[in-house]
Amino acid sequence: MKNIVSKKVNQMQPSGIRAFFDLVLGMKDVISLGVGEPDFVTPWAIREAGIYSLEEGFTSYTSNKGLYKLRLGISRYLKNKCGLDYSPDDEILITVGVSEGVDLILRSIINPQDKVLVPVPSYVSYGPVTELAGGIPIYIDTTKEGFKLTPKNLSKHLHHKPKAIVLNYPCNPTGVSYTKKELSEINRILLKHNILAITDEVYGDLTYDFEHTHFASLNGAKENTVYLDGFSKSYAMTGWRVGFACGPKEIISAMTKIHQYTIMCVSITSQMAAYEAIEAGRKSIEEMKREYKRRREFVIDGLNSLGLSCSKPQGAFYAYPSLKKIGMNSMEFAEKLLKKQKVAVVPGTAFGGENGKDYIRISYASSFDNLKEALNRMKTFLGD
Amino acid sequence: MNEIIEILEKDARTTPEEIAKMLKIKVPVAKEAIKKLEKEGVILKYKTVINKDLLKSEEPTVRALIEVSIVPQKDLGFDHIAERIYSFPEVSSCYLISGTYDLLVIVEGKNIQTVSKFVAEKLSCLENVRRTTTHFMLKKYKEDGVILKHKEENKRIAISY
Repeated sequence: MKNIVSKKVNQMQPSGIRAFFDLVLGMKDVISLGVGEPDFVTPWAIREAGIYSLEEGFTSYTSNKGLYKLRLGISRYLKNKCGLDYSPDDEILITVGVSEGVDLILRSIINPQDKVLVPVPSYVSYGPVTELAGGIPIYIDTTKEGFKLTPKNLSKHLHHKPKAIVLNYPCNPTGVSYTKKELSEINRILLKHNILAITDEVYGDLTYDFEHTHFASLNGAKENTVYLDGFSKSYAMTGWRVGFACGPKEIISAMTKIHQYTIMCVSITSQMAAYEAIEAGRKSIEEMKREYKRRREFVIDGLNSLGLSCSKPQGAFYAYPSLKKIGMNSMEFAEKLLKKQKVAVVPGTAFGGENGKDYIRISYASSFDNLKEALNRMKTFLGD
Repeated sequence: MNEIIEILEKDARTTPEEIAKMLKIKVPVAKEAIKKLEKEGVILKYKTVINKDLLKSEEPTVRALIEVSIVPQKDLGFDHIAERIYSFPEVSSCYLISGTYDLLVIVEGKNIQTVSKFVAEKLSCLENVRRTTTHFMLKKYKEDGVILKHKEENKRIAISY
């Protein structure tokens, strides 16, 4: 079976930290701060709705776009929340998490050699999926501006004539988010240069210092934005795999075309549970959010006092401290910390950017007891 | 809700220093706030939730839920008679209830006999107690928001993006 794998897939950069991940997975009794999902179990009412739907015999396909009542629920929710008006008929598509949404939108818009801007460090899929779709990712390093995409930095990359930008905020791995004013400045540039905004706002509900602004709610942005979101992080529903894409009719229809041939529809059980989440789940979100916020203060304080300097992230559940004062690169740090103290973190090299080797991602989606113990172990580790 | 209460309700062992870090306030401020809650009687006590079923060496205890119907007293309503009942150390909880009876009393004792004796000799013979119905508890599943079961292991994979 020589040369069976396609050139394109062969050329894809395998994740440089796969070996490290395997090392973590092979070890026992590790305190992991390397987890990219909430440590809460899905609230019971939502799980119960899934179970009940099975008892009632909801085991069939749904329409390609997803259950109408779920699309309607999302539409109403967005309208009440911030006046964003998406029609449940043709402007919302239920996807298998935001991951599928990213794949669908990039495949829907990219012609060979089209350029897509990806600010880094960022979640790992945007670049590779762009390449799979035949496009070219143009990475914008944001390290020097506190991991924030500034209008100036964005403008420097306009000569590539990009077709779209993937903006993830609050950001995995940095936790950085943007105020309405900052987003408006970015929006003005995108509109002026006809660059489509693809926004991954899956951590939007977990914004701590100011209200999360949906990009599409900015002046003139709605027709130029594909807004991706999901239930994974805010409702602790990662394993259910439900997300959604909202955008202009033509684009959603293009995405639906691919979706109907590749996925058909999202699991009906998951859609029924997600419906319960959007109808009744707000209370649990607020409680989780307060808990995350308290952990954030605790962890940032702890990291800084260990010399792992770290500015305060505004959202998600990640801290992205610098290792510059420690004098180790991120892979070395992560491996040694794992072997000596059994604490797992993710090396920054996983998330791109020139300086990934100087940073690690710490997830505070872990109980206080775990966080306390992990910080103690890190203290011992750094004292050695 | 006061966030300090939310934190302490989850884990009463959280120190003022930790609370101060979590809420980004000064340690003396946290200490002062806790003291105030204690003084006002909002925080009454710090206790540990114990699953007594697992205490193999201990003598088992039985619990009974007792429905008590009462003749209210003029000017005093239910409060006076309730006090006479809840002051017995055998009574672990006592609630005034709407519906077909008045007080729900939870009683703990060594065995069925001791509880029955308490009901017959102490409770039922109180002047204003009209009738009692005793239900013995068979199994505790959840108490005060705590599920009485071994902690479930973490089901997440140890590392992910």
